[in-house]
Amino acid sequence: MAAYLKLDHIDKIFTRGAATTEVLKDINLTIEKGEYVSIIGHSGCGKSTLLNIIAGLTNATTGGVLLENREVNSPGPDRAVVFQNHSLLPWLTVYENVRLGVDKVFAGTKTKAERDAWVMHNLNLVQMAHARDKRPSEISGGMKQRVGIARALAMEPKVLLLDEPFGALDALTRAHLQDSVMALHQKLGNTILMITHDVDEAVLLSDRIVMMTNGPSARIGEVLEVPLARPRKRLELATNSTYLKCRHRVLEFLYERHRFVEAA
Amino acid sequence: MNMPATKIEVETAAPAAIAAPVVAMTPRRPPRSETYARMARETAVRVIPPLVVIALLTVVWELVCRRAGSALPPPSKVFKDTKELILDPFFDHGGIDKGLFWHLSASLQRVALGYSLSAIAGIALGVLVGQSVWAMRGLDPLFQVLRTIPPLAWLPLSLAAFRDGQPSAIFVIFITSIWPIIINTAVGIRNIPQDYRNVAAVVQLNPLEFFGKIMIPAAAPYIFTGLRIGIGLSWLAIIAAEMLIGGVGIGFFIWDAWNSSHISEIILALFYVGIVGFVLDRLIAGLGKMVTRGTAQN
Repeated sequence: MAAYLKLDHIDKIFTRGAATTEVLKDINLTIEKGEYVSIIGHSGCGKSTLLNIIAGLTNATTGGVLLENREVNSPGPDRAVVFQNHSLLPWLTVYENVRLGVDKVFAGTKTKAERDAWVMHNLNLVQMAHARDKRPSEISGGMKQRVGIARALAMEPKVLLLDEPFGALDALTRAHLQDSVMALHQKLGNTILMITHDVDEAVLLSDRIVMMTNGPSARIGEVLEVPLARPRKRLELATNSTYLKCRHRVLEFLYERHRFVEAA
Repeated sequence: MNMPATKIEVETAAPAAIAAPVVAMTPRRPPRSETYARMARETAVRVIPPLVVIALLTVVWELVCRRAGSALPPPSKVFKDTKELILDPFFDHGGIDKGLFWHLSASLQRVALGYSLSAIAGIALGVLVGQSVWAMRGLDPLFQVLRTIPPLAWLPLSLAAFRDGQPSAIFVIFITSIWPIIINTAVGIRNIPQDYRNVAAVVQLNPLEFFGKIMIPAAAPYIFTGLRIGIGLSWLAIIAAEMLIGGVGIGFFIWDAWNSSHISEIILALFYVGIVGFVLDRLIAGLGKMVTRGTAQN
């Protein structure tokens, strides 16, 4: 089986002066095209570092990332990131924020009019076309994150990286946005890798859940398949035995076998 | 007894149904006269206190300087002595015998030139120092020493280098106003959130695009703080420099008035210098507000 995205023996050691901290140890993972994979773990376990390594924003100390059998070690639009705190540029409008990436990625392949249409198409996908001329300060947190998703989608990434995308949102907005992401995944068939610390979110959205042990030297502790048929409905799943079993399995991993130890 | 219960249910549902359009309606606009009255009140609150203070100070000044043998003229005498200068700022009798407008405009031209140069060079150097650790290590200590040199201390050196008053004055303005621009720009660049850098990296902006699309807008609030301090300093420096280099300019006008013992003219000139400095400051502040709209924290 040819892996679409392959994390190959990744170690990450941070060096600050004489002190070295091993954050990640021997991370191996293969992700297939169209798969939705979540990485879950306690805070400080290096899951954001792992995402940064895949995005190319940080380099692995040893090991590497292969995307379609080619090594990637610098950032690029083929691995677009939806950042935790949306990271929209506050001096640009919603439209311009999405357009910024589109102009770079499709500079040679799309005409101006096509790029404009493509931006609007992606804003429509996240139901944000109505706010195209608003600035980020004028829209709500959930809307900002929608625009962040549109910006990433508009780059037509091979892998969409979500870095705790719903972490900063209130529970109702979060649920709404999770449904949107699920619908988008269903419709577009993107390969998605999501960092999260929310068990329900991981089970609801993912095909596989990667559970990380506590750092330092965090490893992949367990990988859980979520054999739930799509499309998934939040309400129906609440009583679904498979859902509950998966949920229990993750909870057990996080709170029994790898309980979070406050750093001394 | 079932009827009332059903009725209550309907009642609770009904207001919810009509509540939506009520929320969507725009609030009633207050009458126009009310708006004007509020605006007038707000203006009065801002304008009246300084006017009262100015009036009081003028009265005190008049009383103190009115006595015979007082060294400084009272405001009434200042006005009488300088009436011609106030009423006709545009006369030109050749040489340095010109109206105040021409003196101020000569000074402003020097400031415009020197300040523009320092804004360009200051932002460029600030970006370099903010972006490169090595440039910062090498240049920052130098800047920290140079920026403490008083403006006028540069004048003899620049006169020796340029052998002419005009470029020397411009150089003094340049060298005085450049430091806050450099330092603030560098701080602004260093404070660009990592998130924005990450966005630029994922989108793969090239260095030039990064400069124009991320760096300058993100650092704009800091840059304008530096520019605003810079314009104040250049206006401070020009007056002092002009006193020494002579020729047309408000600084030399003051020096000339002192040499001819026209104390009233000095006071009038100081008044104008203050007003122009204030306007320059507000101009840069306003420009900054316009440019950085939206850049400030959201």
